[in-house]
Amino acid sequence: MKLTLKVWRQKNGKTPGEFKTYQADHVSPDMSFLEMLDVVNQDLIIKGEEPIAFDHDCREGICGMCSLMINGVAHGPKQAITTCQLHMRSFNDGDTITIEPWRALPFPIIKDLVVDRSSFDRIIQAGGYISVSTGSAPDANTIPVPKPDADKAMDAATCIGCGACVAACPNGSAMLFVAAKAAHLSFLPQGQTERHQRAVNMVMQQDLEGFGNCTNIGECSAVCPKEISMDTIARLNRDLIVASLKGIEPTVQPAKAKAS
Amino acid sequence: MTGVLTLYRTSVGKKVIMAVTGFILVGFVVFHMYGNLKMYQGPEVFNAYAAGLRELGYPVFGHEHLLWVARVVLLASVVLHIWSATMLTMQSQKNTFANAVGGLKRYGEKKRQTGYAAYTMRFGGVLIFLFIIYHLLHLTFGVVGYGPGEFRHPHGGEFQVYSNVVIGFQNPLISGFYIFTMIFLGLHLYHGVWSMFQTLGLNSAVYTRLLRGLAILVALAVVIGNISFPIAVMAGIVGPAA
Repeated sequence: MKLTLKVWRQKNGKTPGEFKTYQADHVSPDMSFLEMLDVVNQDLIIKGEEPIAFDHDCREGICGMCSLMINGVAHGPKQAITTCQLHMRSFNDGDTITIEPWRALPFPIIKDLVVDRSSFDRIIQAGGYISVSTGSAPDANTIPVPKPDADKAMDAATCIGCGACVAACPNGSAMLFVAAKAAHLSFLPQGQTERHQRAVNMVMQQDLEGFGNCTNIGECSAVCPKEISMDTIARLNRDLIVASLKGIEPTVQPAKAKAS
Repeated sequence: MTGVLTLYRTSVGKKVIMAVTGFILVGFVVFHMYGNLKMYQGPEVFNAYAAGLRELGYPVFGHEHLLWVARVVLLASVVLHIWSATMLTMQSQKNTFANAVGGLKRYGEKKRQTGYAAYTMRFGGVLIFLFIIYHLLHLTFGVVGYGPGEFRHPHGGEFQVYSNVVIGFQNPLISGFYIFTMIFLGLHLYHGVWSMFQTLGLNSAVYTRLLRGLAILVALAVVIGNISFPIAVMAGIVGPAA
């Protein structure tokens, strides 16, 4: 396959970026999208040019590192997969492919297609934890969990924090991520203690980081490689309303958000 | 008590304000459409409806009491609805314009995955707001869209709303504007009605189809009902009182 790539190149966060066009003339349909970029980079290195920087790690769809906007769709045209699981057979010979980084204020561009997603870590720190007694390991199954709840908690827990939801959302909202992380814990008995404080804190931190807000459009769920449902967002909203009625105030400090 | 301020502080809280005020406004547009259907029953019934609105809740409520309560609640709802929408839009745009390709374009290429209605909420909202102002100046106050002496103001408890509507909608430009806005009101309702349940946390996989259906029902009822009025006048179905 011969492809034309329009790739976003940006030296660092301070320098403005631009699209550059590259020819990829030796692409096998069996390559993954990232392998295709590896081959293009090899050519660039041989030519003495700067290779294209992109995030990647496990390359099997579970780490959440790969993060590319491919032809205007987060993680490319196929549903329920990450960029690394996308294969070149999904494209046609002679195609032009536009590759861009996630774009959002709380995801500053580090270089080319690599963005800093530490804002997600700070949202987790704000409430994505539970209190447990330390000491010897408890016996398994001492706390009964209804099977439907366990399933829903697992569905939410599949979120790999890649940030595709933010990238796809026209508002740049992180609600699907926040909601998945909150629902993962709130469906389980162990997550009840901090349930309402968690909802308030994580939403507050989301706002402080500079993410947008949810307009219930559903672009997030449509591109989510783990198909997290928007039901989780309704659940988080419900928890936040209950928390407000209970008089729970956020305990996160504005200073914890990265000054931008 | 200060915990309730969490609603004001967080984005989700502002959305809750938008959903609750939206719920009130949806109730109003449905009631407004239903009430106006009386114009098909002729001038007497329709004019009596206008007079009857002043006696809403009688004998529990006095003359125009409940009407003024409704007016104040509706006005407050409109203000809060627009305020929360503006705050939320500003929060989102600050974010999405940050790493933009240049100008206001966030991505060099962006493909839409989901429906159309949600993307016209902001445009539709502004359009509906401008429409409300025009609508009040037109059919309530009679200061625009009428020739001298054509608009008949209420006089001594007598309402001539039937003749006002018929004369008002005989102008195809004005009727066209009404019909155009109603299409966007329909889209606004289609997304908004489902959305308010989602925002209030009342949606889940069990109910989402039901709520989408409800949204379609409300949107269609309001749009078809409201569009029928100017069309009926222009087609002569609702004509000048004999």
